Amino acid sequence: MNARALFLCLFLPAAAAAQGFAGLGTDAPGFDRPAPNPVFDFPADHGAHPAFRIEWWYLTANLTGPDGTPYGLQWTLFRSALAPDEIEGWQSPQVWFGHAGVTTPDRHFATERFARGGTGQAGVRVDPFFAWIDEWTMDGAPEGDVRLNAAGPDFAYTLDLAAEGPLVFHGDGGFSVKSAAGQASYYYSQPFFAAEGTLTLPDGAVPVTGTAWLDREWSSQPLAEDQTGWDWFSLSLDTGEKLMGFRLRQTDGSVYTSATWIAPDGTAAPMPDGAFSAVPLEAVPVAGRDVPIRWRVTVPGRALDVTVSTLNPAAWMGLSFPYWEGPVTVQGSHSGRGYLEMTGYE
Amino acid sequence: MTRAALAALWSHWRRSPLQLFTLVAGLALATALWSGVQAVNSEARASYDAAAATLGEGRFDQLLPRAGDTIPEARFAELRRAGWLVSPVIEGRLDAPGAVRIVGLDPLTAPGGLGPVRLDGGTDLPAFLSGDTVFANPATAARLQGRIAARIVPDTGVAPDTAVTDIGAAQRILGRPAEMTRLMLAKAQPLGRPPLDQIAPDLVLHPAQEGADLARLTDSFHLNLTAFGLLSFAVGIFIVHGAIGLAFEQRRGMVRTMRALGLPLRRLVLLLAAELALLALVAGGIGVVLGYVIAAALLPDVAATLEGLYGAEVSGALQIRPEWWMSGLGIAFGGTALAAAGALWRIARMPLLASARPRAWAMSAGRTRRIQIAAAAALLAAAGGLAAWGGGLLAGFALLGCLLIGAALALPAALDAVLATAARGARRAVPQWFWADTRQQVPGLGLALMALLLAMAANVGVSTMVSSFRLTFTGFLDQRLAPELYVSTERPDEAAALEAFLAARSPEVLPILSVDTRIAGMPAEMNGIRVGPTYRANWALLAADGPASAVWDRVASGEAAIVNEQLSYRAGLRPGDTVRIAPDTVLPVAGIVGDYGNPVGQVIIGEALFERMFPAAPATRFALRTDDADGLRAALEGDFGLPAANITDQAAIRAFSLAVFERTFTVTGALNVLTLAVAGFAILMSLLTLASMRVPQLAPVWALGLTRRALGRLELARALVLAVLTALLALPLGLALAWALLAVVNVHAFGWRLPMFLFPADYARLGLFALVAAALAALWPARKLARTPPADLLKVFANER
Repeated sequence: MNARALFLCLFLPAAAAAQGFAGLGTDAPGFDRPAPNPVFDFPADHGAHPAFRIEWWYLTANLTGPDGTPYGLQWTLFRSALAPDEIEGWQSPQVWFGHAGVTTPDRHFATERFARGGTGQAGVRVDPFFAWIDEWTMDGAPEGDVRLNAAGPDFAYTLDLAAEGPLVFHGDGGFSVKSAAGQASYYYSQPFFAAEGTLTLPDGAVPVTGTAWLDREWSSQPLAEDQTGWDWFSLSLDTGEKLMGFRLRQTDGSVYTSATWIAPDGTAAPMPDGAFSAVPLEAVPVAGRDVPIRWRVTVPGRALDVTVSTLNPAAWMGLSFPYWEGPVTVQGSHSGRGYLEMTGYE
Repeated sequence: MTRAALAALWSHWRRSPLQLFTLVAGLALATALWSGVQAVNSEARASYDAAAATLGEGRFDQLLPRAGDTIPEARFAELRRAGWLVSPVIEGRLDAPGAVRIVGLDPLTAPGGLGPVRLDGGTDLPAFLSGDTVFANPATAARLQGRIAARIVPDTGVAPDTAVTDIGAAQRILGRPAEMTRLMLAKAQPLGRPPLDQIAPDLVLHPAQEGADLARLTDSFHLNLTAFGLLSFAVGIFIVHGAIGLAFEQRRGMVRTMRALGLPLRRLVLLLAAELALLALVAGGIGVVLGYVIAAALLPDVAATLEGLYGAEVSGALQIRPEWWMSGLGIAFGGTALAAAGALWRIARMPLLASARPRAWAMSAGRTRRIQIAAAAALLAAAGGLAAWGGGLLAGFALLGCLLIGAALALPAALDAVLATAARGARRAVPQWFWADTRQQVPGLGLALMALLLAMAANVGVSTMVSSFRLTFTGFLDQRLAPELYVSTERPDEAAALEAFLAARSPEVLPILSVDTRIAGMPAEMNGIRVGPTYRANWALLAADGPASAVWDRVASGEAAIVNEQLSYRAGLRPGDTVRIAPDTVLPVAGIVGDYGNPVGQVIIGEALFERMFPAAPATRFALRTDDADGLRAALEGDFGLPAANITDQAAIRAFSLAVFERTFTVTGALNVLTLAVAGFAILMSLLTLASMRVPQLAPVWALGLTRRALGRLELARALVLAVLTALLALPLGLALAWALLAVVNVHAFGWRLPMFLFPADYARLGLFALVAAALAALWPARKLARTPPADLLKVFANER
């Protein structure tokens, strides 16, 4: 789960925004709600769903340079609707955000874009698939080849992706429950991208290769009112297996967890609340707050007991709505690489 | 002990309420003028900041259309898709009543926080984006109420006469769908953008200004006000210095007694300092309140001035801002400390057993005087150097400062020299004594006389400048406002019909063609003119490249341009030079015209060339020549159906221009009068201070046979002689000041140099005022002297001297 709709706070009335992440749990009248037993319709469902309040196209990549240096990369397009429809021109109630980041072992670059629908500045076209905000584009559907690019004032990248496995549907066939009270989203991924491209960094261009993971998710109310933030893991193990797991932190100190165990052939095994556990081992001050940088992640049912460490603890996305997002390494019963996102650390 | 000491110190003020009043009044007056001026300045600056913040003008690079004044909306997405982080702006005017500038922004792409629109959650963004929220200054909001269908939110962060809303809403309100007027560029742009001329050759990049244009343009005006504020404060501090000095002198006996009774010196000095701090607090508080009153009274005039002179919109309502009242209190404390430092120092150094008598006249000041003369000479030399080689506004003000301070420091020496000469010429005993005694008073009266000198010189200088300006300006208006009628139309098609209608009815129809542009990197106007008899006969060229008729011929044929004086100074353009008026157009400068009352540069080109360059800016306003203004006006209203409000006659424009001019200098005039009043007060206080100390000097003269009445008359005469001498010295100083203002400061501040005229009658009247002020100030001390009981005079001989 990567319900990164914290940006939505922006569009809630001030009182709700003041509640921070809890504001994401408020009701969304007029919008559709995800329903169980979804039937997806592709390629249409790769596109935007204006009847739902929030949606994202979220790509993270673990990359390696020619000298073996590990890198992380993020490309995200968010959609957040003020009303459940689309109007041409400035009256459009659809607001789009883009986030792009690159993490090296000792540096982190992040930048953001804002746009509204209806003007051509940002949007998603379905056939052929094309998602864009400003000059950033994701060109190609997640079942095939995708070309990706983004740029900020001090970095840029282009990445060619090739799908080497099927789409994976989380939860109950793509219906992903987010709380005991039943909040849910539609959620599927393409975790099998092979990636090749170029990072443009202040010290010059770096050719890179690696793997990438695309998340697609949309909902109208992803969080319960008593949830304050989340920790989300996408791990690619050296065995070829993959693990998506998250925990939602609640105001009473308890957590709600959900996970998907993905076999090398793409077979997904959803796991209920409690089957996945993530416990912080060490926190360091990052951007003026304590953020966990080492985790113990366990899935007893799969005999997984690993330590997840950040490549660069400073992978802070210091944007309009800040959060932590960066590459991690996995050691212990299994080894591998992956991405970690942490929100709601005040 | 402390309590007793305090009571003793306080008893002095109880016994001399006049001194207390002088001290408090002087300090309050000084603080009031200073904080009033600061309040006006900070209000104006806040308005500029709001304007800059609202419009992003000057802070960000801009993309503007190469021609016309609109950009099709599609260019926005095209540029963004190419990696140019631009944000659209549409601006237009709405009659609400009174023009309101409607500014439409896109908060999602706007760089930084623009006006009330911020992405930090403080704004109700959904309401803003949905286009039903308009932010406006409270006064403007009231005018918009009911005029537009939107929720109007009063916000003091928005510039006066401006309303900010979403771009979509602004397009709707202005009736300009799918249009933008400019694009703002974010400061940080992404890597790998294509060059602008590849993707948008029809747009021109205008770089951000260092500091907003308005702030730069109006800096000189505010510097002017600040200089006046400081001058008033300096004069006020002379008063405070006198009052504190007197109070301390008179309390020497008390101080000696208290110390003899065992009060430690340290505590005594602390008590005195605390007493002064309390007085400063009270006087400063009164001063800040007075300052608010002064500022509130001046602000509407200042706002009108800034609007008329620079087009800067300044809120007419004064807000209490900490920066000015704190600076007011601060300067009250600082001023008191400055004025009291010497007196406190002497108390601290006074030997315990020192005599309680007032100090003997400080005629031992020979060394001090030499230093003073040297400093004066250095400052005046610096002023001469600045006048000869200095450049820029700052050098202009430095020149004024050196001139004034140098002259003030030289005053006692100059007076002494004149009086010494007079003394040598005196043959009889009484005149000899009179001159010698007057010389002896100069050090004591020095500060007050310096205040008078500065106040008078400022008056002479500023009134010369203003009157010279007025003469030039009215002459200029007479030339420029030759057309009898001015009409405006709403739309280009109406304008065309009007021109056809007028063809047979007016001998000369002059379209008013104007666009805002940038020349040599500075904001400027480009005007297109229809060269005809009106221009040839009425527009005087200050400098020209060839005979005037040839200049006009070249302008008419589009071969040359005329620039105004401001532009010629700022861009260093002389006749014969070339000026780039568009990226692909360079024209020779054929002539320079005077242009008073307009801060920006102007380029004047022929009508045909203007229409080729700016096809999207057709004339909608016209100036008309006619022999029968009333008849033509009636025809325009009756036959053509032009609303009366669209027709203005020459007299109305002339009256309006003169009113703007007069308001420009109302503030200066008011400050002038206040400064002079303060100087008169300073003389009064100095004389009162001296009077009580002079009894021992006068007693022997009285004993030798001069009556008290005669002594009183001589005292009055002495004050008048000193005032006359000071006034005589103030005249050349004032004229030098006027020259510096006209030839240096104005050129840099406004961009025009005016001929200097002399106004002897005004100077004579001012001199008379100064004499009356000095006489009035001297009258009371003289009367007091004339009525000194003989017993007091006798006591001088009885007491040990």
